[in-house]
Amino acid sequence: MDEPAEEKTMERQFDAELSALNEKLLHMARLAEESVALAVRSLKEREEALAQEVFKREGNVNLLEIEIDELCMRLLALRQPVASDLRFITSAMKIGSNLERVGDLAVNIAEVSVELLKQPPLKPLIDIPRMASLAQGMVKDALNAFVNRDEKLARSVCERDDEVDSLNDQVFRELLTYMMNDPATINRAVGLILIGRHLERIADHATNIGEDVIYLVIGKTIKHHIEEIRREAAAKAGKR
Amino acid sequence: MDTQPKIETKNLNFFYGSKQALRNINLVCADRRVTAIIGPSGCGKSTFIRTLNRMNDVIAGTRTEGEILLDGININSTAVDVVELRKNVGMVFQKPNPFPKSIFDNVAYGLRINNGKKRAQIEEIVEKSFVEAALWDEVKDRLRENAFALSGGQQQRLCIARALAVDPEVILFDEPCSALDPIATAKIEDLIMKMKKDYTVVIVTHNMQQAARVSDFTAFMMLGDLIEFDKTERIFTNPANKLTEDYITGRFG
Repeated sequence: MDEPAEEKTMERQFDAELSALNEKLLHMARLAEESVALAVRSLKEREEALAQEVFKREGNVNLLEIEIDELCMRLLALRQPVASDLRFITSAMKIGSNLERVGDLAVNIAEVSVELLKQPPLKPLIDIPRMASLAQGMVKDALNAFVNRDEKLARSVCERDDEVDSLNDQVFRELLTYMMNDPATINRAVGLILIGRHLERIADHATNIGEDVIYLVIGKTIKHHIEEIRREAAAKAGKR
Repeated sequence: MDTQPKIETKNLNFFYGSKQALRNINLVCADRRVTAIIGPSGCGKSTFIRTLNRMNDVIAGTRTEGEILLDGININSTAVDVVELRKNVGMVFQKPNPFPKSIFDNVAYGLRINNGKKRAQIEEIVEKSFVEAALWDEVKDRLRENAFALSGGQQQRLCIARALAVDPEVILFDEPCSALDPIATAKIEDLIMKMKKDYTVVIVTHNMQQAARVSDFTAFMMLGDLIEFDKTERIFTNPANKLTEDYITGRFG
């Protein structure tokens, strides 16, 4: 008969591989987050060099996404993970692709910023920097939640998404009035609307990461209010 | 659980002499579903499965407490005929154990000793059992050969056919693939998944991936205790108990 298994747990070779995956994700997250910060600063400080920094980082973010995917595939195939190991690896794949999108959106913002810098400022920027700092904070906290397996923090990230959405609507409405008053502003106003839209998408990706972290920690899907949807579907099926 | 219980144990305790091997096991095996029992060596999983058709009766000095209900009837009550019970609850063991007889006679044996069935009837049931055990095509032209001429995987399917021939409702598998190669294992696993259409299956396995592949429900046992029981999908994606998590992820020191 084997020795009884006590509370002590065994160090596994597998743990080293998982920790390498963790490191790659954190590295990627740092790059993506920096890119967002630099892109918004280039717009706010009217500094094209900062936008160039964003373009420089894009390749690395993309490379890391592929490396993370490859590592995850290898671990799935060779280790056949279950339980929290399985949830970690599948979440890592999703988080990786969300971070890649964040990196892309930062590039999009930087591109618009470069265009806008060729023209005088349309108006002092207030809501867009607010959106930017909210979205950046969400990305940062989503990753902190991931590192610390912090369900509460992950939930708070998801909750902040509404605030970014409503700021985006506000930005859009305000810029619309500029365009109606003076068609000469259309070009710049559309650029700012696009930036608002990109920031709103960044917040969405941070929310996705938050949802993935919640799944990782508690093993439950909260996306798309799935429990309500299932309850309603079940109620409908019951009525039939 | 979206199914009817077939087997239900209530506060089941089991002793080898003074040593307690099962402690207060309350477990339901659902009708026409596959229930897997996993756990480290010595956890009581084989002992548990052997209580379900009273195979432990043959070991001197053992004692059972609590109830084991099969379709609501306590199988340890004096009214239950143990021979009938084992016909109804068949068992397939770790090592294939054909009788030293022909391939045909191995499966016909139970039919001949149980009741005076006619020859044609016996032939019909033997064929049906071989078909159900996914062995018919491989043995139909060599039914008179000695069963030991078959490969290990074929012998194991022969043992399954033999169990099916006497028309059971429950089949117990005790590590049925541990002596088989991956191809033979895949065939047995495929068979088990098909069998649940007609039979209730309980399988003990050391191979966690096998439990994940074939079962609907999984029970994790340790040191005679039932630690966790849930849908297999749940056990392997998000177990509730840390001991289960540590065991299935290979973290036991």
